Amino acid sequence: MNLSVPVIIIFAVFGLLGVGFYGLLITRNLIKVVVALQILVKGAMIALILAGRMVGQINLGQSLALTVIVADTIVAVVALALAVQIRRTVGTLDVRSLTNLRR
Amino acid sequence: MLYIVLVAGLLVCAYMAIRTGRLLSSALWLAGASALTSIIMYLLGAPEVGVIELSVGAGLVTILFVFAINIAGDEAIEVKALMPWPLALVLVVVAAVMLIFMALPGLGANLPQAQLTGFVRTFWEDRGLDALLQIVLIFAGTLGMLGLLAEARPDSHSKENS
Repeated sequence: MNLSVPVIIIFAVFGLLGVGFYGLLITRNLIKVVVALQILVKGAMIALILAGRMVGQINLGQSLALTVIVADTIVAVVALALAVQIRRTVGTLDVRSLTNLRR
Repeated sequence: MLYIVLVAGLLVCAYMAIRTGRLLSSALWLAGASALTSIIMYLLGAPEVGVIELSVGAGLVTILFVFAINIAGDEAIEVKALMPWPLALVLVVVAAVMLIFMALPGLGANLPQAQLTGFVRTFWEDRGLDALLQIVLIFAGTLGMLGLLAEARPDSHSKENS
């Protein structure tokens, strides 16, 4: 397989998506969940830029990536605010301790 | 070659952000991954978004993480993940390999020439709805910051009234 630039970048994209999903699957800490989401979104952003570059519309890709950056930052802000308030209310950041349906 | 080094560093940063024990180290590894992402974006011909990603992803989000960890405490939860990690690893690797084999035939040999001007025109004229959406999102983020900064004092009003 020849390693051209799109192939290397697509490996980065799927690597980031894989690491992000892996983090979502194994972690129980709420702040770590936000970190895993950020990594997932980084993969999506690079994929948007690469797709825009491949079809010759890099400006459209940049516009979409800019929207994704803003949405991702807001998601991080709101999720961290939720995590802080959950820590204050429940006393822990463990995802498992939030459920009370299994008693 | 430069791309290979950058991509390898990016994946190492992302993996360490997930696997490291302390939350503060996790936030710093995430900032490194964000900086490498912005360099890759710049090399791909998207300098505007690369700069924004560097300032927002590596700057603002890292400060937010450090602030939240400072408030919530660096609590290491490493006992018993949601699912056993070999199962998670196998699931992720299978999904990634399937996606790569789906995506690889569509990729050309090399990148076409980038057009380096016109981002502002494209953003403000063709994607005006996106700009409106971003304004709404920033407003929501401001409310989120208020939630982050709010102190939990449910009985303050009753004390004032009594």
